[in-house]
Amino acid sequence: METLEQIHAIMSAPWPWWAGGITIGLTLFLLLYFGKEFGLSANLRTMCAADGAGDFADFFDFDWQAQGWNLMVALGAMFGGYMAATYFSPGHIAHVSEATVASLNEISAGVEGAQFTWSPETGANVPIVPAPTAENPNVPDFWNLYSWSSLFTLRGMIIILGGGFLIGFGSRYAGGCTSGHAISGIADLQIPSLVAVISFFVGGLIMTYFFLPFILQIPI
Amino acid sequence: MKFFKYIMVGFLFGFGAFKLEMVSFFRIYEMFLFQDFHMYGIIISGISFGIIITQLFKLGFVKTSSGEKKTFNPKAHTWPRYIIGGIIFGMGWALTGVCSGMMFVLIGSGYTVFAMFIAAAMLGTFVYGLTRSKLPH
Repeated sequence: METLEQIHAIMSAPWPWWAGGITIGLTLFLLLYFGKEFGLSANLRTMCAADGAGDFADFFDFDWQAQGWNLMVALGAMFGGYMAATYFSPGHIAHVSEATVASLNEISAGVEGAQFTWSPETGANVPIVPAPTAENPNVPDFWNLYSWSSLFTLRGMIIILGGGFLIGFGSRYAGGCTSGHAISGIADLQIPSLVAVISFFVGGLIMTYFFLPFILQIPI
Repeated sequence: MKFFKYIMVGFLFGFGAFKLEMVSFFRIYEMFLFQDFHMYGIIISGISFGIIITQLFKLGFVKTSSGEKKTFNPKAHTWPRYIIGGIIFGMGWALTGVCSGMMFVLIGSGYTVFAMFIAAAMLGTFVYGLTRSKLPH
């Protein structure tokens, strides 16, 4: 029992960045070993095809049932997220840097109660996602973005639905997403994937610097 | 249960993604402000392991579970789709702080509003399918 508790304690501590290399590497290895690819946005096309989009465009007229394995990877990712969030992430804290806490507070400057704190002893009090949870109920309204109540505000609608549309359109236009291009494509030394990932960052920087601060300040 | 192994792979990825805070809006924001090494460490170490693993399969040192040599599809060298599509994807990535793998992890983590995010992403994919022949690739 003691060993199990130790394992639980190690798993529950924040994971260092190199654990990401192991997680991603293992995921990629297993999928290649099973003769498949690592690319999660392909599921969006599969789900469209499964809903009958093949009647409207040839792009969706393919044997989507052969892609069932990838939907199972997505389903497994949901279970993994559930387990990690429910049993292995005390407090649901994102351990962002002091500089990031300062930048976040700059955006929410003047909004009462919307400031996060950071101290060298305890680190950040920033929730892992911008929404209240059972573990982290005290998320200020300003940062409450990932909830159903937020969806029914203009700001939440732009962030949830607008972001979803851009992700869905962009990933298929570019032929892959962060898993398909940044990991699988670059690991295969594909120049198009490198171009795609650089473009992801160009788009991300444009959004972060020029649009996001204004979108977040839309009154709710 | 031929699908069980894929659920387990997804489980591993989803569990790690949440623990590594890859699902975090604030981590993605931090990454685009270049304020911490965390996300870059994940991407760089993931790609490094990925290159080694992919080359092991390509050179035939490792075979697939059915004993065959894994084949890879080279991507076409046409640039507009990667640049324009990539920028659009990147803007969505920074806007919601979520990429297409993380949306599944977040639903499982209890943020059920991401069902609507996935619906919007499916609409985006559908619109791409409709307009595909008119877009520069």
